[in-house]
Amino acid sequence: MKYVPDATADRKFEDDNTVDRVGVDGLLSELDEYAVEQALQFREKREGEEIEVTALCVGPEKAVDAVRKALQMGADKGVHVVDDAIAGSDSIATSLVLAKAIEKVGPADLVVCGMASTDGGMSVVPAMLAERLGLPQVTLASVVESQGDQVRVKRDNEGSTEVIGATLPLVLSVTDQSGEARYPSFKGIMAAKKKPLETYSLSDLGVDAGEVGLSVAWSQVEDTTARPPRTAGEIVTDEDGSGATALVEFLASKKFI
Amino acid sequence: MSEVLVVIDHADGAVKKPTLELLTIARRLGEPSAVFFGSPDKADAVAEKVKAYGAEKVYVVDDAEIKGYLVAPKAEALQQLAEQAQPAAILLPSSFENKEVAARLAIKIGSGLITDAVDVQEGPVTTQSVFAGNYTVQAKVTQGTPIITVKPNAAAPEEAAGAGAVEAFSATVSDAAKTAQVVATQPRESTGRPELTEAAIVVSGGRGTGGDFAPVEGFADSLGAAVGASRAAVDSGWMPHAFQVGQTGKTVSPQLYVANGISGAIQHRAGMQTSKVIVAVNKDEEAPIFELVDFGVVGDLHSVLPAATEQIAARKG
Repeated sequence: MKYVPDATADRKFEDDNTVDRVGVDGLLSELDEYAVEQALQFREKREGEEIEVTALCVGPEKAVDAVRKALQMGADKGVHVVDDAIAGSDSIATSLVLAKAIEKVGPADLVVCGMASTDGGMSVVPAMLAERLGLPQVTLASVVESQGDQVRVKRDNEGSTEVIGATLPLVLSVTDQSGEARYPSFKGIMAAKKKPLETYSLSDLGVDAGEVGLSVAWSQVEDTTARPPRTAGEIVTDEDGSGATALVEFLASKKFI
Repeated sequence: MSEVLVVIDHADGAVKKPTLELLTIARRLGEPSAVFFGSPDKADAVAEKVKAYGAEKVYVVDDAEIKGYLVAPKAEALQQLAEQAQPAAILLPSSFENKEVAARLAIKIGSGLITDAVDVQEGPVTTQSVFAGNYTVQAKVTQGTPIITVKPNAAAPEEAAGAGAVEAFSATVSDAAKTAQVVATQPRESTGRPELTEAAIVVSGGRGTGGDFAPVEGFADSLGAAVGASRAAVDSGWMPHAFQVGQTGKTVSPQLYVANGISGAIQHRAGMQTSKVIVAVNKDEEAPIFELVDFGVVGDLHSVLPAATEQIAARKG
């Protein structure tokens, strides 16, 4: 899961071109809530089996809030990887830290991710994790079904709907169509306080600080420009069909007709 | 000059427009070589098309073996091709599938990755639009071979004669890469309209349609546009998810985007804000979408769109 700046707030960059994660309130990325939900449903559908759901987040001190939210929703255990050296890491380094953390906590039969973060939005970390863990990836699932060690998902592709089959262990990513994420209940909030929440540093995971962070990122942002506010466009009010005429004239003036 | 690998996006051998845009961009960085994953019997037709946009070589990777196994085999094949060709950069059209191929490839070959570029210049220096279009960032890959996925409409395709020499590339794909399999595919019924992510014009509808997309579709057809929908319209079951424009649906960046009955929630804006020209029709003059528009009509889409459709038809004679 990722802890991200609130998308409804005024998101900014720092002077070093990294995302401002301090000045803007953060929260569990909305799209990762669906991943938590699917992990919980996986456990619930397999009553009787010993399944433990671990919520894992790499991020600054405050990112522990994202782990807490998942515990409140129903995860059994939380893991927060925090280390100053991680700041400014690209997706490549982030996937390395996540993979090492999964190896330490795991082995996991199922790694569930959101389809993308709501800040960077690259949607590449699930595939990178699968590559690093040597696992199959089944991504962008809208429907997830499992039986024994077989998982079947349905997903929308460009121009088609696909059914994908794979065998556990695997990396799964889910879309916002996979099922509404539950709200933490009062009982869940109280129970979360007693759940184990571990904090790891890079050295706990055996990751060299020189492999992560802004200075060694394999891609770097060189410049950021806030978009100038759009100059107010022309807005007309439709009266007796005048709106349609004005619209058509505008489109013609821009040569779209 | 070094080769620049361009992965071809195609439908059964029919090369799609974003590939031609990528070849145009690749010429700024080196000598374009197109990479075709597909049936070898389509290779000549594909080569004919891409050489007109400057492809000097066309690597043909027979996909008979790997078709239906998602992205891992393609990443392996590209790794092997990159080791042989030592390209200056690897460009892929920005689809979810290609971003995943690129992600795996980046780890395999130890290279940095940039996704969703809206421009690529010499360097290569890329431009992306982030935070729902509120920021533009310039970035560079600092390690390995730059792997860049590029959004549709990032460049106007420019013709340039290339040699288009077809070269078979036989990749060795491991069994481990074949562990996730497509067990069924159901093609969506074709609407006869352009593909949403590639279309030059997108006409979308939202909650304000009340579930009746006929005015939106009619207007779209008068402009030769693709049809999109907001999350509210999709969640209401009025349109399939495949039509959703926004953060959790498709991002589009057309020449013209027309939002009808869409309030303009941040998630929707994230998916369309890089459109060149934005037009909105909405009954609610307070709708946040009006903050973005080049042109807006405060009015009921059920009357404005059919009237506009009629006038466009009349103009076209």
